[in-house]
Amino acid sequence: MSTISALHTTNHVKHAPHGASHGPANYLTAGYGWKSWLFTVDHKRIGLLYLVSVTAFFMIGMAAAGLIRYNLIDPKGMLPADLYNKVFTAHGIVMVFLFLVPVVPGVLGNFLIPIMIGAKDLAFPKLNLLSWYLYMAGAACACWALLSGGVDTGWTLYPPYSSRSHTNVAPVAVGIFIAGFSSILTGLNIIVTVHQMRCPGMTWFRMPLFVWAMYATSLIMLLATPVLAVTVTLLAVERLAQIGIFDPKLGGDPLLFQHMFWFYSHPAVYIMILPGMGVISEVITCFSRKNIFGYTAVAWSSVGIAVVGFLVWGHHMFVAGEGYYLAMVFSLLSMFVAVPSAIKVFNWTATLYRGSITFQAPMLYALGFIALFTVGGVTGLFLATLGTDRHLHDTYFVIAHFHFTMVGGMVMAYFAGIHFWWPKITGKMYSDFWSRIAAILMCVGFFMTFIPQFIAGYMGLPRRYNTYPPEFQVLNVLSSAGSTVLGFAYLFPFTYLIHSIFYGKKAGDNPWGATGLEWQTTSPPPTFNFNYEPVVTEMPYEYSLATAPKPTFSYSSNGEAVKEEEHTHVH
Amino acid sequence: MLSIDLPFLPPRASEQAAQVDYLFYFISFVTGAATLLVFFLLVLMCAKFRRQGSADRTPRILGSHKLEIMWSFIPLVIFLVMFGWGVVVFDQGFQAPADAEEVYVVGKQWMWKIQHNDDNGTREINELHLKVGQAVKLTLISEDVIHSFGVPAFRDKIDVLPGRYVSTWYYPNKAGHYHLYCDQLCGTGHSQMVGWVHVMEPSEYDAWKDGKRPQGDGPTDGSLAWQGRKLFLKLQCSSCHNNKGRAPILEGIWGTTVPLKGGGSVVVNEGYVRESILHPKKKIHEGWEPIMPIFEGQLADPALNLSEEEVLVRLVAFIKTLGPGQTPVRTEQFPPPIGAPTEDGGKK
Repeated sequence: MSTISALHTTNHVKHAPHGASHGPANYLTAGYGWKSWLFTVDHKRIGLLYLVSVTAFFMIGMAAAGLIRYNLIDPKGMLPADLYNKVFTAHGIVMVFLFLVPVVPGVLGNFLIPIMIGAKDLAFPKLNLLSWYLYMAGAACACWALLSGGVDTGWTLYPPYSSRSHTNVAPVAVGIFIAGFSSILTGLNIIVTVHQMRCPGMTWFRMPLFVWAMYATSLIMLLATPVLAVTVTLLAVERLAQIGIFDPKLGGDPLLFQHMFWFYSHPAVYIMILPGMGVISEVITCFSRKNIFGYTAVAWSSVGIAVVGFLVWGHHMFVAGEGYYLAMVFSLLSMFVAVPSAIKVFNWTATLYRGSITFQAPMLYALGFIALFTVGGVTGLFLATLGTDRHLHDTYFVIAHFHFTMVGGMVMAYFAGIHFWWPKITGKMYSDFWSRIAAILMCVGFFMTFIPQFIAGYMGLPRRYNTYPPEFQVLNVLSSAGSTVLGFAYLFPFTYLIHSIFYGKKAGDNPWGATGLEWQTTSPPPTFNFNYEPVVTEMPYEYSLATAPKPTFSYSSNGEAVKEEEHTHVH
Repeated sequence: MLSIDLPFLPPRASEQAAQVDYLFYFISFVTGAATLLVFFLLVLMCAKFRRQGSADRTPRILGSHKLEIMWSFIPLVIFLVMFGWGVVVFDQGFQAPADAEEVYVVGKQWMWKIQHNDDNGTREINELHLKVGQAVKLTLISEDVIHSFGVPAFRDKIDVLPGRYVSTWYYPNKAGHYHLYCDQLCGTGHSQMVGWVHVMEPSEYDAWKDGKRPQGDGPTDGSLAWQGRKLFLKLQCSSCHNNKGRAPILEGIWGTTVPLKGGGSVVVNEGYVRESILHPKKKIHEGWEPIMPIFEGQLADPALNLSEEEVLVRLVAFIKTLGPGQTPVRTEQFPPPIGAPTEDGGKK
């Protein structure tokens, strides 16, 4: 603890002089020039570095998705087979390792966790910057491998195909390995921060649920990612040194890889979804002006998901030859992991009860999340059940299922979070009208894209097919049309959010009237987050008390926000 | 048989498929109802509890353990029902009936080589002809990477691994032509590794089988076991595996449990026989010296157009049927079955 405080003092001294002359001092005006960004140890600035980089990788991943949907317009395929294999591999690797895993921990986690618990920064600010550099190094390596020659194994890298493929498997493995360390260090940083840096009065059960979710996520990042690192290392060793580990030709066992890969990659889906769930708890409570329904249950369900999530990896291998009894055990455990997710959905819904609900963009995204995540969750039951998985495994049903959880769930939650905290991050308010249109358009495009894939999946269409039987064309064209709407919808926030930075109205410190320490400080916050020593005296989400902050929006009589008001800075 | 067909269902060609569909309907119904309930509640709440004005006061509701226990426990019970039912349906895929006909499938990039274990030695590529009402057991292996043998009409799919036999079985009950897919990414030609399963009425099927027989009195390939017997002689297995005591006699050994050197035991099945040919020193039969050479990489027979795995399949089929006193020493002692080629007359 003492070393941590010492580190902080040092930083404080180093940064305090900056920005004093630029209006009200905040973390954005604390320094100018590229050095002030690339060598920053301010968690908020590092969060913005992540924001810019994940957005870039999201766009690369989206471009690959566009090519996939373009290829599938015609049953004979529009791209050569090898290119198509490389495109969907790039889509998977970029979206999973460079977008979904780091997006919320890197952007929102970085920005918010210290502020939410009343700390000046994360426990290890320099380590935090190192995390970002590792992430960028891994990403550069992976992107170079994917764009220069490509990898054709799918993101799952199953040997012995990946042991023998003539594509850039080893460089991509190195990229994943390096990026993995970024994850491990971020997880470590968050865990120590939550344990050690909470401000006076911030007991464990007064922490915002976003912090709980991030804490659970960090446990997984810390414990599961090393296994991924080991796995891809072994794969690279097998390829480079021809040592038999996974390839039966060399005396290895391909199922060993699958066990190790999914031992990370199943918990990894919770790395991707848990932070999203945390965001939703913050947004739902704020826009219904209610306490969360069952704080303890929602908090512990995050931890429950993280723990049981470690025990279900074998449900990816029911028909892979893992054996009958093992399949039974994994099917049963998968049923147990579904329960905490169900609890969360019901508790969020119950939170709305007797609320005073408004429908700004964050809330629309959050409601979209609940709807889409519910579909994603229940369709997982078809795959956790042995009898039906035998038919559905490796078909488009699986693709539709995990896109509902990852895109319908996680990406929607990320957008909910970005829209919710944007006024805090930038101090500016974006267009209310366009942000709502975008949220609705995203939901529509999403349903159009992925509902046909459930049907194609039950009809048996296998994944990763460059060409397909002509009877599936109608469904594929529908899906491709939907993806066009979805891709178009994603460009909206990109446009109006950037617009808001330059032309947006000042947001004020607490436009949504939200509880939580992050809303008590200025927008954007000062470098060390608070100009006073924060003290917490109550539970989070006390929206029903008379002392709760009020939204600084003005509402028309029908309850809709008409226009953001100009606010003067109080501080 | 009860039959409910919905649009958007793939054709259904076996009783197993119907079982999967019923389970699918059950899960669809339950999860559909739950999802609609959530949607309905969301819409209801959003409509009913919209913000009325700045004077709104919300009640301070912190939760209800009673409700939480209810919506944890009820889903759990439903999930467990799904689990149990799923196990029952899954289980059926593992128990081929005793009268099932045998088919061997060898997958490679990018085709399915299919070998019926009939007295014709019928071979097909990317096509599988089956008879209505005749159970069939598939034993599958891959020559290179992982493939997956999937037939949606049977609601069945199994990953086909290199280096290891797996098996599944079907009981086709409806004639028709059904898709056969490779479901595991296996490279450039993955989406070309497709074919058809033709389920035929018995008379039609028998006619098809007859058509595969060579014209007139010409020799056929003989059954798989017969071909295996030829290979057994050609590879000179019988110089040691005979009654002279250099190696174990293989007669009647199939299905028995043999003790291993250094403890433990193993059941003689497809996997053990295959492994003992390729890597004889891995599991040594107690009481015998490890003198057999490693055959891995030595078995492919270009003259017969057989890959290593295809040779192994034939040797396995032969050893499976090898009864007392049947170890061949010289071919002429044992006349070939009717229609099968003789050792020298069979070659072109």
